[in-house]
Amino acid sequence: MSKKIDAQQVKKVAMLSRLDLSDAEIERFASQLSEIVTYVEKMNELDTEKVEPMAHCLGITNRFGEDRPAESLGTEKALANAPDHDGQFFIVPRILEENSA
Amino acid sequence: MAKLKYKGLIGLEIHVQLATASKLFCRCAVEFAAEPNSRVCPGCLGMPGSMPVMNKQALERAILAGLALNCNIAEFTKWDHKSYFYPDLPNNYQISQYDIPVAADGYIEIETQPGQIKRVRIRRAHLEEDAGKNMHAGNYSQVDINRAGTPLIEIVTEPDMSTGAEVRAVAIELQRIVRYLGVSEADMQKGQMRFEPNINVIIEQNGDEFRTPIAEIKNLNSFRAIQGSVDYEIERQIEQFLESGTVMEMGNKSTRGWDDSRQVTVLQREKEEAHDYRCFPVQNIPPVKVTPQWFDEIRGRLCELPLSRQRRYTQQYGLSDYDARVLTAERGVAELFEAALKAGGDAKRVCNLITQAGMKLAKEAQINFDEFGIKPDKLAVLATMIDEGTVNASAGDKILTKMTQSEASPDKIAEDENLIQKSDESELEAVVDQSLAENPQAVEEVKAGGKKSKKARGFLLGQVMQKTKGQANPKVVSAILGRKLE
Repeated sequence: MSKKIDAQQVKKVAMLSRLDLSDAEIERFASQLSEIVTYVEKMNELDTEKVEPMAHCLGITNRFGEDRPAESLGTEKALANAPDHDGQFFIVPRILEENSA
Repeated sequence: MAKLKYKGLIGLEIHVQLATASKLFCRCAVEFAAEPNSRVCPGCLGMPGSMPVMNKQALERAILAGLALNCNIAEFTKWDHKSYFYPDLPNNYQISQYDIPVAADGYIEIETQPGQIKRVRIRRAHLEEDAGKNMHAGNYSQVDINRAGTPLIEIVTEPDMSTGAEVRAVAIELQRIVRYLGVSEADMQKGQMRFEPNINVIIEQNGDEFRTPIAEIKNLNSFRAIQGSVDYEIERQIEQFLESGTVMEMGNKSTRGWDDSRQVTVLQREKEEAHDYRCFPVQNIPPVKVTPQWFDEIRGRLCELPLSRQRRYTQQYGLSDYDARVLTAERGVAELFEAALKAGGDAKRVCNLITQAGMKLAKEAQINFDEFGIKPDKLAVLATMIDEGTVNASAGDKILTKMTQSEASPDKIAEDENLIQKSDESELEAVVDQSLAENPQAVEEVKAGGKKSKKARGFLLGQVMQKTKGQANPKVVSAILGRKLE
């Protein structure tokens, strides 16, 4: 079976997801992902000519909250489960690249 | 370089923080400089199982901003996952808008010279969440999530600007607009308004046209930095082109940071392929349909915007460009001014009261002039009292000062403080006679004419003013003096 997803694509997605995968894992995920894509391809058998693309699965709209602040966790609780912190900030490995969303 | 024909092509990407009390998708408070990581919850910390709920006020403010920028507002709009792997956004994605922004195809107008308007097109404006802050400390980084989830609108313009001055003017005008509408506090120092210009240059050389590679500029914390960085970058790109001949092509866009102390832009290192946002529709935030009634309700919150108001003041009331700009800088002040005119005040007189003594008082109190709560009809009465000579201009300033401290009406204050001008001829004539009798030398000088005459006349007027404790109407006194000294 020709693979829908090859090792190269798995490596790229792993890089984008900041995942460090072994060669064996890359091989395994390439096969698994290919099977998933093949399965989902069954959808192509349906005639969707007259079906509008869907933006949301539930068909509901306009669910809002009012702009009233509620209590937050506070610093102590927020940091409680962090692998590393200094009492004020989460501590993470050094980020080389400064960026903005 | 003197003969080189070139034109800067500058577009802006602008992030404006919306003035809401709570975040976009959770109800943590939005607060500048709060204790690190204190305004966070499972939602903005990206904990599994937490559900985002959209802040209605944030959406309405985004629509209002879109309307003020003359955009079309989408009747149907939705949110998308934008993959983003940095610790300052723990969800590993930003909730943003990809293919259906809330607003699109608008424009903003700036005054390039008095009376000359330039239109800069707005491509789109969408609603998204801000990230937190990463701080770099030695061999690790500190992360503060407080800002994550703060509502932003991202505004993207077409590359319609060509100089640093134009970019600066757009930035200032945008700040005026969003402040007018209460959409944002728009304080650049607090990062509530962030500008990232995209710059390149069209160069004409030997009949051919060349485009330099695009650079995006970051780290701009003031209007001055915006203007300086754009002008610097245009020159840098021209020089680089003349040296290397490099032109714009796929993949040679760069990011440069503005170094404010050295006044230069510096290339920022970026990992290749680091950005691949892979947007797809968010499923736990239902889309939004803007119904006609709701749309009308939001549109009803628009008001006349600062630039058009400013131009109207010069045309309709004959005010100077400077005065019109000062009066329209704050919406509340402009509205007070107009209400005082409706109540019968003369435009120039009310303008002078507000822009001179009024602005000085407001500056001392560190508020806007309208926040003193002076009623427009009382301001109109004071203006008329000055116009009619009931009080003189300096007494008017004193009365205005009292009006900022109490609810008393200007005529009552004038009486209580003995500021009513004496215009009664017979009463003033006696004082004039007395002053003339006491100062025979000055009288001689006036009568002799020549150089000293004018000065001596002023001296005599001053004597009368002193004797009446400043309450004499100088016009009446001058007339009497003139008659007596013929």
